[in-house]
Amino acid sequence: MSAGVLRIFPPEMVVRRPHRMIERHIAVYRRQWLIVVSGFFEPLFYLLSMRAGLGSLVGAVSVGGKQVPYDAFVAPALMAASAMNGAIFDSTGNVLHRLKYARIYDAALATPMGPADVAMGEIGWALIRGQIYAIGFLVVMAALGLTNSWWCLMALPICALIGLCFASIGFAGTTFMRGWSDMDIVNTLMMPLFLFSATFFPIAAYGSWAWVVQISPLYHGVALVRAANEGVWSAGLLGHTLFLVVLSVAALVLAARRVDTLLRK
Amino acid sequence: MSEPLIRAHHLVKKFGDFTAVDGIDVEVQPGEAFGFLGPNGAGKSSTMRMISCVSKPTDGTLRIFGLDPVTDGPKIRARIGVVPQLDTLDTELSVQENLWIYGRFFDLSRAECRRRTTELLDFAQLTERAESVVDDLSGGMKRRLSIARSLINEPSLLLLDEPTTGLDPQARHVLWDRLYRLKQQGVTLVLTTHYMDEAEQLCDRLVVMDQGRIVAEGSPRSLIEQYATREVLELRFAAGTNDQFADQLHGLGSRQEALPDRVLVYADDGEAALQEVHQRGMRPESALVRRASLEDVFLLLTGRTLAD
Repeated sequence: MSAGVLRIFPPEMVVRRPHRMIERHIAVYRRQWLIVVSGFFEPLFYLLSMRAGLGSLVGAVSVGGKQVPYDAFVAPALMAASAMNGAIFDSTGNVLHRLKYARIYDAALATPMGPADVAMGEIGWALIRGQIYAIGFLVVMAALGLTNSWWCLMALPICALIGLCFASIGFAGTTFMRGWSDMDIVNTLMMPLFLFSATFFPIAAYGSWAWVVQISPLYHGVALVRAANEGVWSAGLLGHTLFLVVLSVAALVLAARRVDTLLRK
Repeated sequence: MSEPLIRAHHLVKKFGDFTAVDGIDVEVQPGEAFGFLGPNGAGKSSTMRMISCVSKPTDGTLRIFGLDPVTDGPKIRARIGVVPQLDTLDTELSVQENLWIYGRFFDLSRAECRRRTTELLDFAQLTERAESVVDDLSGGMKRRLSIARSLINEPSLLLLDEPTTGLDPQARHVLWDRLYRLKQQGVTLVLTTHYMDEAEQLCDRLVVMDQGRIVAEGSPRSLIEQYATREVLELRFAAGTNDQFADQLHGLGSRQEALPDRVLVYADDGEAALQEVHQRGMRPESALVRRASLEDVFLLLTGRTLAD
């Protein structure tokens, strides 16, 4: 193979066995399933408090021209946020531990596994974790009568995309961390992301600051889940999807390259 | 002669401006136990990382099983076992899970992973600790588990980076015994060490590395014969006076070396040299005649002890 071909298609960057990484995590979390489940409760508690308190004060909100009660407006956003949380939990702190301290990836890279396998496996696992939360959340929504039609099931693949996007960004970002103190940055970023992604009020409320909201991947995810839950589809949703897909792919490629530069010096 | 298992020609590894490996030529034959000997920073680990296909050579050619690590890394890694300098055991998994999850990284079936795990736990004398958490194991046990894990794919080439550093003497001997068994089974061993006794025990052939270069090559015995005298006389004088006695020792044996804590006299007949010391009126606090070792070879070649 010529040097040029190798640069464009490095053989180590081929994804062959990312599921092996996931197998390892399943073995670990079989004993620690409570930790996995715990991440689901935060958005759930938000939903219950919104429904009980705020919902009665706010009244109806417009979604795609449709008037919906406030709790039905907030629930899909919280579902998107739960997918984000699941993905971020796993792709930041846990990845930092495995990358820098437990050196799990060093061990994996001594086998036929390559950097792209490691990155894809980790992101896949984080995505699965986000998806578990999303499914749980959807069940609760249905039980509370907050789902509107069978279209709400479309929210699950959408949450998978949200999970993929945040897991890739989380993993790629974590490869730049110097140590545990950098985890504070994640927490600092997650809070405004959660609050200001048109989660609790429509984007119109942001006025001239709406463009800032549109940078947030969660905003695009929320818009998609909301549309799915109401079964109101429009061409504009393609833009939201495209935004998440492009961001995911870019972050994924960056993540695999970072594993290569960090661990295969 | 058969095709060498490892063939490196003018192999170079640079990190920025720093040259860790500076153009080395190495060939390792199947079934051999081969050692890279040298002080910290000599380039041993960098060389090992290139051979284990996790580090790209900056220059030169490297072939393992006749394959190029740059294009066939995964294929090569499927056939080698790696015991890294620092254990990379999975502390979130039990001892046996460490083995079978690692086997899955090599695409072994679950049944095969379990079968080999049972065998390897026995080999590593860890059967009774199968369910233990890794953190509860002693240093020697962890090292044995690392070796067991590296054997899960039944490698024909085993790379060990300082396998016994930090272990107590008893744990080292247990480990050497296990490595010797592997060698008898025909596994090619390549190891780095800065312990002379380890190199003499385990290696058929070795290279001495210093500052990224190979400064000598041969069997432990031949290196000693070639570079050192048959015996060495070790003299200790009162603290701080070694240097001044070094002058008086001039002409004794074939060479003298003043170290911070003692003076070495290289001579084929150590006892005769000691007599001469007494005749010249020197009264060392202690004197010892011993056979020359690889440590002496290293000192002669590089002017430094391995502890530097």
